[in-house]
Amino acid sequence: MSTLFQVPSSAESALPAAARTNTKFLTIAMAGNPNAGKTTLFNSLTGLRQKVANYPGVTVERKEGVWTLDPTLPPARLIDLPGLYSFDAASIDERIARDVLTGDVSGTLQPDVIVAVVDATNLERNLYLVTQLIEMGRPLVVALTMVDMAERGRVKIDADELSRSLGFPVVPVVATRRQGLDELAAAVLRAAEEDAPVQQWQLSETAERELQRLAGSETPSQGSDRRTMRNAAMRDLYGEELPTESERRAAVEAARGRLAWTNPHWWQEPLLERYRWIETITARAVEQDAPHPSDNSKDATSFIDRFVTHKVFGLVILFLVMLLVFQTIFSWATLPMDLIDNGFGALGEIVRERLPEGLLADLLVDGVIAGVGGVLVFLPQILLLFFFITILEDTGYMARAAFLTDRLMRGVGLHGKAFMPLLSSFACAIPGIMATRTIENPKDRLATIMIAPLMSCSARLPVYTLMIAAFFTDRKIFGFLSTGALIIMAMYLLGIAVAVGVAWVLKKTILRAPAPPLVMEMPPYRVPNPLTVLQTIWSRAFLFVKRAGTVILAISIVLWALVTFPRLETTTGANGIDKFYSPATAQAVRETGTESQGAPAPAVGGEDGDVAGAQLRQSFAGRAGRLIEPVIAPLGFDWKMGIGLISSFAARETLVSTFSIIYNVGTPKNGEEEGSSSLIDAVRNARRADGSPAWTPLVAVSMMVFFVLACQCMSTVAIVRRETNSWRWPLFMVAYMLALAYVASLVTYQGGRLLGFG
Amino acid sequence: MLLSQRITETLERKTFEETESRAGESRPDCSLDELPVGASARVARVKGAGAIARRLMEMGVVPGAPVQFVKAAPLGDPLEIRVRGYHLALRRTEAQTIIVTPN
Repeated sequence: MSTLFQVPSSAESALPAAARTNTKFLTIAMAGNPNAGKTTLFNSLTGLRQKVANYPGVTVERKEGVWTLDPTLPPARLIDLPGLYSFDAASIDERIARDVLTGDVSGTLQPDVIVAVVDATNLERNLYLVTQLIEMGRPLVVALTMVDMAERGRVKIDADELSRSLGFPVVPVVATRRQGLDELAAAVLRAAEEDAPVQQWQLSETAERELQRLAGSETPSQGSDRRTMRNAAMRDLYGEELPTESERRAAVEAARGRLAWTNPHWWQEPLLERYRWIETITARAVEQDAPHPSDNSKDATSFIDRFVTHKVFGLVILFLVMLLVFQTIFSWATLPMDLIDNGFGALGEIVRERLPEGLLADLLVDGVIAGVGGVLVFLPQILLLFFFITILEDTGYMARAAFLTDRLMRGVGLHGKAFMPLLSSFACAIPGIMATRTIENPKDRLATIMIAPLMSCSARLPVYTLMIAAFFTDRKIFGFLSTGALIIMAMYLLGIAVAVGVAWVLKKTILRAPAPPLVMEMPPYRVPNPLTVLQTIWSRAFLFVKRAGTVILAISIVLWALVTFPRLETTTGANGIDKFYSPATAQAVRETGTESQGAPAPAVGGEDGDVAGAQLRQSFAGRAGRLIEPVIAPLGFDWKMGIGLISSFAARETLVSTFSIIYNVGTPKNGEEEGSSSLIDAVRNARRADGSPAWTPLVAVSMMVFFVLACQCMSTVAIVRRETNSWRWPLFMVAYMLALAYVASLVTYQGGRLLGFG
Repeated sequence: MLLSQRITETLERKTFEETESRAGESRPDCSLDELPVGASARVARVKGAGAIARRLMEMGVVPGAPVQFVKAAPLGDPLEIRVRGYHLALRRTEAQTIIVTPN
């Protein structure tokens, strides 16, 4: 029946208009170019009533909110589509957006109305997406943003005239000042009851003939009308990908061949016609004082770019921005990090006091609270990084950073857009990995994710600090350079060098792809909207805590179990302790009990010590340490270090606290600096079974090299799992990094010995 | 698709040679990256038929559109151009596919 009516395609359209809007929740989709002000408008329309998730099976963010169009009507569902320039390219974002609009995404209803967000300062290119929305044949409303800015740039847009020419409502909005939002809602409600706009431009007769032929050959299914069949024909004939079904494919190829005979540039035809139509529309509706492409020297963006992308100043500014970000992360973040650390310590003590001594208290305090606290302690850093990334993105600086560094990044086959994510990975790989979402090409994005954890993150610093404090202090090179600083720098450079190599290899092998094109908009500089920034940080941080948190909790409990079981008998029989100690010492140990907080280091370095150490040695982790000793011995590590390596898989910095337990120093007190002097002494004095020192400077370097390269961070693994939507990539990452770390440590230690160190 | 692409390329070469020979008195067409920094021009055509050519045209780089070569990045690549009132960064290899008529 629907073929009788020209346009409306859904069955509900046959109902009387009033009944339609009153009886059902409207579904509205919001589409627009990146940087068109979509997020700000979405936030203004929905307030905090929104949820962020992923589309099933892909990592494209799915944002949905509730929009009260009219207090007397049920609120509408507002779906924020990913920002895109067109529907033709084969990126995941664009495919998802198209599938949402055509109602092909499971769990998402086909939208009743589409709100196209159009940036008034960039009207022609923004309208290109609108022409494709018109072709889709759904009711359409344009929300015209940045009108004030366009006028400041001496461009005046007659919204009424624009609306008349387009054939559907155009509503100017200033989202931050809530101007035009009611008008937009009213226009949407009206559009829901009206017919979809009609395409006003035509293709050549030959092209139309081919389209009709393809539209006709598609088997008409129930409910599909001429419009959907025409859309399918358009997509197949002019799209990037050929249809997979062989008959259809042959038909499309034949049609393309025929078109190519008459017009060698046949594939450009729809593009050209759309832009030609846009030009006639804008000619009618836009008044500008400044003639259009020249005279750009006066606008603020061009002025700022004279410095920001300048040959010399540009690089200086980039360097200063990097410096500011790192300085902030490493200085400002320490206060809240200490607060969280102390908070979890205090919480642990409270729980310990309230609960009867035993397994449950141990599980809660040492497993759950310590594990989750150990990860949440990085939240301030992660939040600050998200803050900077969001600010840099929303001001438009991110595109400039990509512009400045693209040539460098291309050297290893990566995109300029990989620069910032990799840079933030020096503080923490997690926000870095989440920031790779701006990289369009999936293979480039994967390659960037795979090398991000090689950047020396802040969690490695405690390890470097301990090793250097124990073996390399007080030494100076050339009288003023401290060895410690040089070693830390060498570790950072090692990570970068290996990352470059890995990226190069990945791009040549499993992630092989032609050098990614760079066709990137340099958006005008804008003052970020504080609410949008806060909301972005909030949703990212929430995703981190929620997704990583669950995995981290599970692994924390497993690790706790590994160091706890089998139990050392402390209360009933004295078996466990007596195995290790002479009766007198065992008695003393029993009296000090399991209290590990700030336990004095009785006999530093010996095999005899407090219960915590004995427990660890006989636990599964301790046994595993002995088990892997033959494997790690060539790296210069003994079984105690093996325990450290095992426990630090969860998070690198736990190495320090594990060593504290292994070497019987006791867990550092809250607020006490990790790697305190007692631990340093313990490490220096530790002996192997034969009495030789367990640690030498060479072993320390080997250990640091291992920590540079190994992926010992369950949060990273969890986030890579989330971002790639499979276990394949995180497991691959852990495996290749472990292999690299092993080989590099092996070369360091054995090579060092050959050269006479150690 | 392969066939049509080959035809496109042959025809393109032909039209290119034609424009070359016709351009006598006015400044000849050149690729965008050959413009002096700051110079304006009009797009004559976009070479190639792949995803990059399509993306460029979707972004508004279509025949007849005025463009301006704004600057090159510090390391000489990518380039920044101005088209339809906004700024676009593209690599030199992409700019070479855009043939322009200098103003």
